[in-house]
Amino acid sequence: MIEHNPARTFIRHLVLILGVVLVMFPVYVAFVASTLDLPSITQAPMPVRPGSFFLSNYLQAMYEGSKNLGSVAGVMLKNSFIMAMGISMGKIVISLIAAFAIVFFRFPGQNFFFWSVFITIMLPIEVRIMPSYKVISDLGMLNSYAGLILPMMVSATGVFLFRQFFKSIPREIVEAAQMDGSSPMRFLIQILVPMTRTFIAAMFVIQFLYGWNQYLWPLLITTEEKYYTLLIGISRMLAVGDQQAEWHIIMATTILAMLPPVLVVISMQKQFVKGMTETEK
Amino acid sequence: MIIIVVFFFWPAGQALVQSLFMQDPFGLSQEFVWFENFTNLFKNPEYLNSILVSFQFSFFVAGTALILSLFFAMSASHVKRGELFYKTMIIWPYAVAPVVAGVLWMFLFNPTVGIISWLLRQMGINWNYLLNPTQAFILVVISASWKQISYNFLFFIAGLQNIPMTLVEAAAIDGAGPTRRFWQVIFPLLSPTTFYLIVMNSIYSFFETFGIIHQITQGGPGQATNILVYKVYKDGYLGLNLGSSAAQSVILMCIVIVLTMLQFRFVERRVEY
Repeated sequence: MIEHNPARTFIRHLVLILGVVLVMFPVYVAFVASTLDLPSITQAPMPVRPGSFFLSNYLQAMYEGSKNLGSVAGVMLKNSFIMAMGISMGKIVISLIAAFAIVFFRFPGQNFFFWSVFITIMLPIEVRIMPSYKVISDLGMLNSYAGLILPMMVSATGVFLFRQFFKSIPREIVEAAQMDGSSPMRFLIQILVPMTRTFIAAMFVIQFLYGWNQYLWPLLITTEEKYYTLLIGISRMLAVGDQQAEWHIIMATTILAMLPPVLVVISMQKQFVKGMTETEK
Repeated sequence: MIIIVVFFFWPAGQALVQSLFMQDPFGLSQEFVWFENFTNLFKNPEYLNSILVSFQFSFFVAGTALILSLFFAMSASHVKRGELFYKTMIIWPYAVAPVVAGVLWMFLFNPTVGIISWLLRQMGINWNYLLNPTQAFILVVISASWKQISYNFLFFIAGLQNIPMTLVEAAAIDGAGPTRRFWQVIFPLLSPTTFYLIVMNSIYSFFETFGIIHQITQGGPGQATNILVYKVYKDGYLGLNLGSSAAQSVILMCIVIVLTMLQFRFVERRVEY
């Protein structure tokens, strides 16, 4: 800045450290809880230092699971992963093709379709749960991966992002490809996709998070234990009524549920920030 | 060419048709069966209360999250050492699912095992969010804001970077102190970002906080945290009052459309800059 005031710099660091602490605090407590045994969690002030049950709690969460749940974190991890990957991949492919069609082709009703995409961007899945549920159950897709993934693939964020980018591609490139006799499909795969690589990566990060963190939808359509995702598992574990919730297992599962998306964000932070701020335009 | 168009357009079209198809059923049943669902809703004090709660909720969430994150972003943009560390640490909660955020805070504030509720009890506050509506409301606001801080932080940082340094320097040369520079130069220039974030935060607290509410309070105690989205779920899926639930969905959609239109007006305004 303009003045260099040590006190100010100090205050700024202080504010930031406070922010970090504020952000980290709940997670730290959860982590501590996941390394303790149940009695020491339930005694009134819980210890604030990690205990010695780290391995046994996580192993129990992964392979034995909580009682009354009938599913283990290992399986739920796999389900969450399949769902997140399915949603993010599916979204990217569909939005690439849709944006491609919208930008590079003229066809009757183009505007109509563009606006229908426009409308779906406004409708979060939470708003259309009841009708979606009905459609999926009519199609017999309750309790299946297809039922988990398909309805989530049709949001329009991606179409917009790719549309913006495709529009900025000079007409000359399209014409050059046509002159060289490339078919539109080939143009898409060999020219557009490589040009869009960074966007695809950014999209992937965001959609992976989106898919991983879906809650309401799996909650409605998975009633069989073997399709539970991690988030559903956690919420079922907590719904124990009057019994003592098994906090150590729950917290271990919570940490496991947080880890993959957080790792994705931290390791792909650049793409993530880009993806977030680009969709704004 | 037409064949090619059809060929390419088909997958996209299918996706679109699918999405339209899903929205249709209640649209139709609305017209054919009852229309009085809407009038009933607006006569229902519970629903009116839910509207009020939603607005209060989004006001508090947006307010808390925006102010805190602006504070952090201002500090982070001026710090030289450890900038990346701070940024990473503040950004990552975005990756945390609303449900998980709910679980984390619920654990902290749980009347029997929570560490903060223990502290509060030591201070003589009788904390039990399961019984006390105000406390339940505070708890969901805290959890929802916690998660939203990272999102706002990200955009404020991006917004601050877009402000030309020359303007700030000019103000400094004219003798404006840091506080005045912030309010009279930086803050107005940041207003497009702020406005965008206000809209996004409202959408967030209206719709995406379902997980948090479901996990922590289930809309209770009483009606204290029963926001509109949660009520759709509760009436439709648990109460099986499909007509009313569908009518509520339609109203929600109108709210989303209004918010989105606000956002587009903002985008247009931004182009002029």
